[in-house]
Amino acid sequence: MDRKDWPLFEIFIRPKNGLSHKHVGSLHAADARMALDNARDVYTRRGEGVSIWAVPASSIAASDPSEKASLFDPADDKIYRHPTFYDIPADVKNI
Amino acid sequence: MSTDLKEALFAYTLRLGDSSLVLGHRLSEWCGHAPELEEDIALTNVALDLVGHARMLLTYAGELEGKGRDEDRLAYRRDVFDYRNHLLVEQPNRDFGHTIVRQFLHDAWAVELYGRLCASRDETLAGIAAKAVKEVRYHVRHSGDWLVRLGDGTEVSHAKVADALGRLWPYTGEMFERDEAEQALVAAGIVPDPAELKAAWTARVEAVLEEATLDRPADGWMQKGGRRGEHSEHLGYLLAEMQFLPRAYPDANW
Repeated sequence: MDRKDWPLFEIFIRPKNGLSHKHVGSLHAADARMALDNARDVYTRRGEGVSIWAVPASSIAASDPSEKASLFDPADDKIYRHPTFYDIPADVKNI
Repeated sequence: MSTDLKEALFAYTLRLGDSSLVLGHRLSEWCGHAPELEEDIALTNVALDLVGHARMLLTYAGELEGKGRDEDRLAYRRDVFDYRNHLLVEQPNRDFGHTIVRQFLHDAWAVELYGRLCASRDETLAGIAAKAVKEVRYHVRHSGDWLVRLGDGTEVSHAKVADALGRLWPYTGEMFERDEAEQALVAAGIVPDPAELKAAWTARVEAVLEEATLDRPADGWMQKGGRRGEHSEHLGYLLAEMQFLPRAYPDANW
């Protein structure tokens, strides 16, 4: 099997129940099952996770870095979009 | 536990521990040499698991023996003739396909064995098995998947694993040998019956071989001797490397 035949997978790990999957890195694998196995061996050896997602890198649509200004800069001066004007009850932990 | 039974259990755990240790070392030889980076990490992960099993088993063997030998003493201060591992696991690595076949033939046995040892009347052995079986279930999935991939892969990969299967098959009989001492352990409900183990192993192996489009070799003459310390020439070289440091610097700490 030639390396060029092995597609790239992006790996997402959920550290524990209740949290969402986070991107941890990428790896090569011949198929999805092998990608999960490899991810288990490469990224969860020290008890990092309880769930793995492997996504073919080719399936990810990414924003164009050259459009950064038009996509993200307009959000900079709109502080009213942040919920900073509310009093948060002390018992509410995750917000 | 009677003295006879204790001696038999010592021999049994030593045999298991030695097989795990030797196979773990063989796999560790792949470190930095596996065909893919990810597979390099996978193989060394399995190697570490096996060395972990060896540590538990040899520690227990030393306690059963009662002569003050700990895991390190048993691992590093015995020569070839005192090792009791199966001949299968000391076979050198050759190519990746050969390693996968050796691993699968062993893993398919280990997963059936540890699964049954969880119900052992000996609590310590049952505890060790309960910990090991989780890891071994992953090992057999890993080696089995690879065997299917290579067997049902290209002409070259098929030819390589078919060749390895033919070379290694004569070493599989040893895993199901039995002697009087082991028979007593079976009768006491401490270890599973080798005949039952063989049936389960055969079913598991045949299913994967079929998926891998590989023919099951005929059961011909089987190699034996590991149980009595009669090993192939390969084990001496393996031990020389593995034992060098503790032999050269006895009782060193770092």
